[in-house]
Amino acid sequence: MRIVVDFDLCESNAVCMNIAPEVFEVRDDDFLYVLDENPPEESRPKMEEAVRRCPKQAISIED
Amino acid sequence: MQSIVVVGASLAGCRAAEALREEGFDGRVVLIGDEAHRPYDRPPLSKQVLAGTWSTDRIELPAAGADLDLEWRLGTRATGLDLAARRVALDTGEDLAFDGLVIATGATPRTVPVPDGMAGVHTLRTLDDCLALRADLERRPGRVVVVGAGFIGAEVAATCRERGAPVTMVEALPAPLARVLGEVIGGTCADLHRDHGVDVRTGVGVAGLAGGSRVEQVQLDNGSAVDADVVVVGVGVTPLTGWLEGSGLTLEDGVVCDETCLAAPGVVAAGDVARWPNPTFGQMMRVEHWDNALDQGAHAARTLLAGDGGGTAYAPVPWFWSDQYDRKLQLAGRPGPGDEVRVVLGSLEERRFVALFGRGGRVVAAFGMNRPAPIMRYRSRIAEGLEWDLALSEAAAEAKAG
Repeated sequence: MRIVVDFDLCESNAVCMNIAPEVFEVRDDDFLYVLDENPPEESRPKMEEAVRRCPKQAISIED
Repeated sequence: MQSIVVVGASLAGCRAAEALREEGFDGRVVLIGDEAHRPYDRPPLSKQVLAGTWSTDRIELPAAGADLDLEWRLGTRATGLDLAARRVALDTGEDLAFDGLVIATGATPRTVPVPDGMAGVHTLRTLDDCLALRADLERRPGRVVVVGAGFIGAEVAATCRERGAPVTMVEALPAPLARVLGEVIGGTCADLHRDHGVDVRTGVGVAGLAGGSRVEQVQLDNGSAVDADVVVVGVGVTPLTGWLEGSGLTLEDGVVCDETCLAAPGVVAAGDVARWPNPTFGQMMRVEHWDNALDQGAHAARTLLAGDGGGTAYAPVPWFWSDQYDRKLQLAGRPGPGDEVRVVLGSLEERRFVALFGRGGRVVAAFGMNRPAPIMRYRSRIAEGLEWDLALSEAAAEAKAG
């Protein structure tokens, strides 16, 4: 599983960070950083929640 | 339960339908939506779609294209509910039987009285509203008057400024959002618009609209008037419960539910239309945010499938965002009149800050401008019951540590 963020869409709302801080981090510069582009399979439900709850639909999962 | 009818095909209704399938419900799911368009996301309507930078096909909701075996009845309005017979009446003359019902009819904008036949006065809720406003702005690139400095009004003002139009924003309260954020933080929201050249007039109401076949002037209740080519009214919304009058459901500024979102046996409500007691805050609330429509839609669906009495409490810390110019405004929690307000990070002057709202020894809300990550952290901690004194001392220590 690979996490892909469309940074043209991302507006750093930080919703994903709240769901999975081990994968997503919005830093003090207000930009999102993906800490782990290939999170373990057991985190899939969390990743799906991050995809769904992103207000900009900027996150996708590639298998 | 074999058949579930979802009335309302916007975010809450679509999310409810998705959640029914995720939870394994394999019966009939019918979605009724009064708009003819396929379900779409509303936040871009006051921003990218109004600006013309996004085409409308970019805002379709995932449920619209998903293979979920949903029966769509778009362009169809529910007109009545018979709880005893368990049927929903439609404006087509049909009525639909259901075992379970999800009420997600949302809300409709309030407006000011518009003289008969006067064009150029808009509200913004639907895609059609957005396209009509955009077309008017393109045909008449002139002076825009925004009535109401709430979040919709403020976003429209920002988008119109970015389109190059001169904008006047009129707000009856002493400051924008004063009832939600207080006058100091609300004043900063006004200043943000002044920074970008908006003529912000607060503490003054609208007395009437003047003009002929088109609006020409907005008359204010202090005797002054503002010339206008296009007027946008953003003075809040009213939950759409008219079709439920006389149904036996309790209607009080929304459909009143229990803490699981259950309004009656086998009937749940979600999104802008639902009022429920939120145990996190110990108060009844109705929340008009995107994020709530998403979460409450799913929660209500699970309550419905759990059977009467089997649901769990819906206890979120409400959160929303608003994009205005290059600023991101975010609010987590539920501020109220009389809350103590303290800026704990950044400053109002740099328009980059976090303000906390305290009541009864707890932090009840955090509002930020361009501080998304701290707001999200506060959101989690408000859910855990963050104490006011602790929050202030932690913030002071962090500021000292730099």
